[in-house]
Amino acid sequence: MAYRVFAMQQPSQRPRWWWWLFVAALAAFFITMPLHLELFVILEMSRFFGLAMLALSMGFLWGFGGVLSFGQTAFFGLGGYGYTVLALNTGATTGSVFFAIAFGMAGAAVLGYFMIYGRISEIYLSVTTLVFTLILEKGVRATSGDQYVIGTVRLNGQNGIPTVPQLKVPWNPSVELDINGFFYVGATLLVLVYLGLRLLLTTQFGRVIVGLRENERRTELLGYDTRRYKLGAFVLAGGVAGLGGAFYAMSIPLAHPEMFSLGRAADVIMWVLVGGKSTLIGPIAGVFAIEHFKGWLGTQGVGQVTLVLGAVLIVFVLVFQQGLLPTVGMLPEVWRDRRQVWRRILALPRTVAAVDWGVDELALLLVRRLARLIPGSASRSGRGRT
Amino acid sequence: MRLNRRQFFRAASGALAFASLPHVLKRAGLAAEEPIRVGNILDKTGILNIYSLKQIQAGAMAVDEINAAGGLLGRPVELSFYDSQSDGQFNSQYATEALVKDKVQVIHGGITSSSREVMRPIVNRFKGLLFYNSLYEGGVCDRRHVSTGMVPAQQLEPLFEYVVKELGGKRGYILAADYNYGHITSKWMQKFIRDNGGEDLAVEFFPLDVTNFQPAISRIQAAKPDVVFSALVGGAHIAFYRQFEASIGKAKMMLASGAYGVGLEHTQLSPEEGNDIIIATSFVDDLPTPEAADFVKRFHAYTGDTGYVGEYGEYGERGITIWAEAVRQAGDASPDAVIEALSRGKVSVAGAGGQYTVDGQTNHTTMDIHIVRGNMKRRFDVIRSFKQRPPLDTQLVCDLHANPDDKTQYEVDI
Amino acid sequence: MDQVANYLFQIGFSFSIFILISLGLAVIFGMMRVINLAQGEFLMLGAYFCTICNQAGIALWLSIIFAALAVGLFGMIVERLLIQWLYGRVIDTLLATWGLSLFLVGGVTTIFGPQTESVAAPLGNVPVGDFGIPVYGLVLIAVAFVLLAAVYAFWRYTPYGLIVRGTMQNPKISAALGINRSLVYMLTFGFGSALTGLAGAVLTPIVGTYPTLGIAYIAKAFITVISGGHLPLLGTISAASLFGTIDGVVATISTSVAGEMTVLFVAIVLLRLLPLGITGRLNRGV
Repeated sequence: MAYRVFAMQQPSQRPRWWWWLFVAALAAFFITMPLHLELFVILEMSRFFGLAMLALSMGFLWGFGGVLSFGQTAFFGLGGYGYTVLALNTGATTGSVFFAIAFGMAGAAVLGYFMIYGRISEIYLSVTTLVFTLILEKGVRATSGDQYVIGTVRLNGQNGIPTVPQLKVPWNPSVELDINGFFYVGATLLVLVYLGLRLLLTTQFGRVIVGLRENERRTELLGYDTRRYKLGAFVLAGGVAGLGGAFYAMSIPLAHPEMFSLGRAADVIMWVLVGGKSTLIGPIAGVFAIEHFKGWLGTQGVGQVTLVLGAVLIVFVLVFQQGLLPTVGMLPEVWRDRRQVWRRILALPRTVAAVDWGVDELALLLVRRLARLIPGSASRSGRGRT
Repeated sequence: MRLNRRQFFRAASGALAFASLPHVLKRAGLAAEEPIRVGNILDKTGILNIYSLKQIQAGAMAVDEINAAGGLLGRPVELSFYDSQSDGQFNSQYATEALVKDKVQVIHGGITSSSREVMRPIVNRFKGLLFYNSLYEGGVCDRRHVSTGMVPAQQLEPLFEYVVKELGGKRGYILAADYNYGHITSKWMQKFIRDNGGEDLAVEFFPLDVTNFQPAISRIQAAKPDVVFSALVGGAHIAFYRQFEASIGKAKMMLASGAYGVGLEHTQLSPEEGNDIIIATSFVDDLPTPEAADFVKRFHAYTGDTGYVGEYGEYGERGITIWAEAVRQAGDASPDAVIEALSRGKVSVAGAGGQYTVDGQTNHTTMDIHIVRGNMKRRFDVIRSFKQRPPLDTQLVCDLHANPDDKTQYEVDI
Repeated sequence: MDQVANYLFQIGFSFSIFILISLGLAVIFGMMRVINLAQGEFLMLGAYFCTICNQAGIALWLSIIFAALAVGLFGMIVERLLIQWLYGRVIDTLLATWGLSLFLVGGVTTIFGPQTESVAAPLGNVPVGDFGIPVYGLVLIAVAFVLLAAVYAFWRYTPYGLIVRGTMQNPKISAALGINRSLVYMLTFGFGSALTGLAGAVLTPIVGTYPTLGIAYIAKAFITVISGGHLPLLGTISAASLFGTIDGVVATISTSVAGEMTVLFVAIVLLRLLPLGITGRLNRGV
C-alpha cells in the first residue's frame, strides 16, 4: 500500500479508498497540530505550506508532464508581489489571493506561449525558464528608487516589501486571521491543491499530460494538440506557484526579490528530486524534509549548508533518482523477491555448487535492482551519446 | 543557521574562546540564575559578512566581559547567534525564531537597512526590542528600534563641509548601492553638496553584486567632477575602488565615502588603491585615545586575531554595553522596561570611540565623529574630530515622547 | 574622438568578457552537449588558484597559466567521477552539475572564507583625451581575441581538433576507427574547464575573488552559447558580439543593470525567432 501511495505508478487510475483514507489522515494530522505544538512550529509550518505549493507546481509539471521548468520561482515571486501590492492598495486580502493566482497564471501564459509555441527543445525550455526568473529577480532588485510605485506601494527593490498584509476572514474583512487561523487556511489550501492535482490526473486532460511525458510525438499523432495541453499544464502550475508565493509572502511576512533567485530555484529542484518526482506527495514531503534538514544542519554548526545540499543533490541524481518516497515504496517489492530467492536456495541440495548459484543469483538480482535505481544505465551502453 | 555562542566562536575564529562560558559563570557565581537571553542576527556568510564578522566577535566579547564582571542584575547573559547569510528572508525567519522560540529579550542585529526594515515589523508584532548597530540613512522613528550608529547629520554633514568647502570639491559625482540605504543617503549627499555651495553632477545606483564599474568610470571621466562620493556597500563593490585607481586615480580626482572602511575594504585593497580616500567615522583603530587602544587590545586578545577591527567591530561592543546600561537603569531586562529606561534619555556609556548617549526622543545615539584619510599603511590618519554630535536629522522629524506609536521611517526631501 | 575611443573600449571590453566566460562552455556544452551548471564555479576556481599563486609570490602571468592548468585537471577529475556516468542524460547532467556547483561554493567558502580576496590590477592606464583607459582592460580584450583564434585554429586545422570533432559528431564511427572515445571525452572536458579557469584567472584582478563569483556569470554564459546555436565557436562569437555590443552600449548610456536585463530579454526573444540559435541555418564550420 505504501508503495502505491508513494510511487503511484498509474496516475490516471482513479484513487482507491486507502488513498482517501491517507488524505483524511493527513488533514486530521494538520488540524490537530496547533493543539499540541508550540507557536514557533506553527509559524514554521505555515511557511512550509507556501513552499509546498511551489514544490507541487514543479512536481506536477516535471513528474507528470515531463516539462522541467526552473522558472516556477518566477511565478512564485509574481504571486507574492502580486498579492502584496494589490492587498496593500485595496485592503482586500481574499481577492488579492485570487489575483496572485491569476498573476502567476498570466506570467506562465506569456512565457509559456513563447516557449511552447516556439517549440524550443526540452533543455532550452529549462534554461529559458531559469533565465526568465533571473531577469525578474534583477528587475525587481533594481526598483529601490522612490519612482517605482504601484498605486501607493513602493516596490522597494533589494529591500523587499516587509509590510505584507495578513490574511483577513473572507466574510468579515475587518478581522485579521490569527496565527492558528492562518495555519488552518494554509493547511486546507495545501490539501485541496494536492487533491485537485491528483484528481486532475484521472481526467482526460490529465491523461494527455501524462501522455506528453511518455511520448510527445505519439500523443500528437493521436490527434491531440500537444502544445495546447502543455501550455495548459504550464499555466496551471504557474497558478499554483502564484498561490504558494502569496502564502509564503504572508507567512514570513515579506515579499522579497530572493523569491525569484537561483538559490530558491535550486531549493525547488531539491525538494522535488529528494521527495520523489513522479509523485505528488513526494514534493510536499521534500519541502518538510529538506527545510527541516537545513535548519538542523544550521544548529549542528555546519558552516556551509550549501556544501551538504550540493552533495545530497549529486547523490540523489546518481543513485536515488526516483526520490526518497518511491524508493521506500519499492522496498517491500525487493523484500518479497528476496524471500523467493532464499526459498529456491534452500530447496536445492546443500552443495557448494548450490550456494554458489544462490550467491550469483542474489548478486544478479541486486545488480538488476540497483540498475533500476540508476535509470539510463541500461541505455547508456546501448545507445551511447547522440 | 543557529549556533550557541561557543560552538559558533570556535568555528568562527579557530581560536579558543578566552572565556569559556560555564567556567566564567561559575567563578562569578551566576551559573544557577535564569539567564537573560540575547539574540544576535548578523551575516556570518554571504556578500555582507565583511561588516559582520568582527561585530559578531566583539558582541560575544562584550557579553563575556559582562558575565565575568558578575552578569546583569545578578543574572548571566546568554547570547544566541543566528547567521542571516546576507539574505533578507533569513532575517525575517530568525527574528521570528529568536523572539518566539528562544524568547530573547533583545535582538542585536541587522547590517543593511533592508535587513532592519525586514525585522522591524516582526519585532513590533511580537513586542520585542531591536538594537540596530550600524551606520544608516537616518529617520527611523520606532520605540522598539534603537540605533547606535551614525546618521547623515552626524557623519555626512561634517564630511561634506570638509570636502566641498575646505578642499574645494565643488563638483560632486555620487555612486550608491541600489537599496534603501543608497537611495536615501544619496539624497542627503545631494543636499549637503548643495548646502555647501557645490553642484551634484549625477547619482548612479549599483546592485550589490555588480563588480564591473568600467561603464560608470567612463561616465565619470566624461563628467569631470572634482570629487566622487561613494555610498557603495558590500564585498563586490570593493572592485570599484580598484578600478577607480586603475583608470582615474586619486591624484586626479578626490574620492570620499560614507561607507568605505567600515567593511575593512582598505585591508583588501593595495596601499595605493586605499590611499587618500576620505571618510567620516565614529571609530577607527587609529584614534589617538587610550579607550580606543584598550578596545583594540582587548579584541585582539579575545579573538587571537590581530588584524584591523574597525567601526563595525566596535559597534558589536557598543550595542551590547548600551543595552546593558539600559537594563541596569531599568532594573529589568524585559523589552518594555528597557524601552521605558531609554526614553528617559539617561542611558550613557563611555565606549571605545568616546561617550555614547541615547537620545530618548528618537532612540538614536549622540557620539563623537572623526574625519579620517586612508594612508599608505592601509590604515587611517585622523584629520579632524567633532565632539558629541547629536542625531539632528532624525530629531527634526521624530518625537517618540509625543507619538509613542510612530513606526515610520522619515525620508529627506530635496 | 576620445568619446568614440571610449565607446569602442567599452564595447570591446564587454565583448571580451562574454567571450571569456562562454568559450569554455562553448566546448563543454556547445560541443559535448554537457550542460555544466557548475561552469561559473570553474570560473571561480580559476580566480582562486590565480589569487593563491599570486599571493604566494608568483608573477601574475604565470599564476594565470597555473590556474588554467589546475582547473583543467580539476575538470578531468570531475569528468571521471561524475560526468562520464551521465552522458546522454541531459537533465540528470544538469541536476548533478547544479549539485556540484552548490558543493563547490560551499567547499570554497569553508576553506577560504567568504570574504573577497584580491589581486592588484597591474599596468595603470593610458590617457585618451579626457578618458583614462586601463591597460589591463586592453590586455583582457587581447587575451580574448588570442584565445578565440587559438581555439579556432586548434579545432579547425590540427589533427587533434579533427579527432575531437569527429568523436563528438559520431562516437560509434570514431570508436570503430580506433579512437579511445572515453579518453577524448575526458580530455575535451578538461580543455573546456581549462579555458574557463583561464577566464576566471584573467578576470580576477578586475572583479576580485569570492566564492559566489560564478553565479553572476552563469546565466550570461549559457544564453551566449545557447543563442549561438549548434556551431559552438562561430555561434559563440556571433552571440558574444551581439550581446557584448548591446551590453556595452546600454550600460554606458544607462546603467549596468539595464545592460544585463536588455541582454537577457533580447536572448529570450531571439530564441523565439530563431529556436535553433544564430547559426541554426548554417551547415558548415565549427
